[in-house]
Amino acid sequence: MSSKISDGIGITFILHCIHYTMAIIWLVMLSASLGLMLFTDPAAAVNSMITGAHGAVELSLNLLALYAFWLGFFSLIERLGLSRGLEKLLRPVISRLFPSCDTETRKYITMNFSANLLGLGNAATPMAISAINRMDTGSPRATTDMIMLTVISATSLQLLPTTVIGMRATAGSANPADFLFPSLVATVLSTFIGIVGVKICAKIFDRPRRKRRAESDAENQSAPLPLSPSVPPIKRKRERRQKQKRTRKQGGTA
Amino acid sequence: MSAYIIPVIFLAVLLLSFVRRREPYGGFIDGARQAVDLTINVFPYLLAVMVAVEAFRVSGASAYLANALEPVLGAVGLPKELAELMFLRPVSGAGSLAILDGIYANYGPDSYIGRCASVIYGSSETIFYISTIYFSQSHVRKLRYAIPVALVATLTGCIVGCYLLRFF
Repeated sequence: MSSKISDGIGITFILHCIHYTMAIIWLVMLSASLGLMLFTDPAAAVNSMITGAHGAVELSLNLLALYAFWLGFFSLIERLGLSRGLEKLLRPVISRLFPSCDTETRKYITMNFSANLLGLGNAATPMAISAINRMDTGSPRATTDMIMLTVISATSLQLLPTTVIGMRATAGSANPADFLFPSLVATVLSTFIGIVGVKICAKIFDRPRRKRRAESDAENQSAPLPLSPSVPPIKRKRERRQKQKRTRKQGGTA
Repeated sequence: MSAYIIPVIFLAVLLLSFVRRREPYGGFIDGARQAVDLTINVFPYLLAVMVAVEAFRVSGASAYLANALEPVLGAVGLPKELAELMFLRPVSGAGSLAILDGIYANYGPDSYIGRCASVIYGSSETIFYISTIYFSQSHVRKLRYAIPVALVATLTGCIVGCYLLRFF
């Protein structure tokens, strides 16, 4: 109750906006385009949207073929138990990045990472969907681990941008791969900044909630003993910190 | 080089699963079957995004945005011709690929603009598409700070990558 009051209306509104980023962007893009086309070319409005829908069907069919192919291939790798060997290699990294995931989830994350590193984005996607589904707690809020997985994939892990090299070669470049080093630096740097950014945001956005919960716990506990000046404040602080740690652990395993 | 990587891995996996009697044929079919459900679940999200992206492009709103971003891009040392690519890259893979092709055709793949576009496209991902599709089958609807963090990280990487291009 008290937490609801302490949230300012402004903060709630901003958080609300951030949470529905995708929905808002979609709405703004579509309504801005339609509004513009009402003045310039109203006939193009319906045509363009239908073209987009056709594009989506075409892309879905392509995706169906790619998903089927790569999921088939990955089920072979899974049956061989090769992912377990690869997981051993990536385990220290992944357990640091995803401290509260179980082994099965980490296996999917490992396969997502290895596919992304090879530039097989379409093979990586089903693995990430499986991993996110396993992390799903039924809550509409993304957990820090889910965000970490998304940001690492979304900042690109691809070591060899095969599509770009192919397109440059087609366009008649003298050396189609000559942008590779700067591109690799950009890829690694963006992923690093993404990881650090998620860690910082997790600290900023998750802490108040935890603190509030720990405080309300402390209040409840001290309620039956309203006069307890015998406990020194430092000890109380330590207790609160321990409780905070405990709740953090519980949140992780749940 | 990259042409060999996938066929070699594929062949090794096939032979290994044959030798270890893991029924590669049945395994492949079991895996491929999952793709149908996956595609059906993903399709409505794809459709919603692509309808909006196509309308945005055709209406010219995309071009207005590119013009508006010109001074900002100049400030961080990126060619103004890349405004549209920078904007569409996180939203649509197919849309940005079409723009990349246009940049190669207009300015040449070996020009600074062309190489800059190569770095931007090669070192980034379709952030909005990935974020939508990864959560498409879960209960999660609030992505919180995922998209802003990914956007800032990618933009910083691209600026540094394009700056390094001047020395390579």
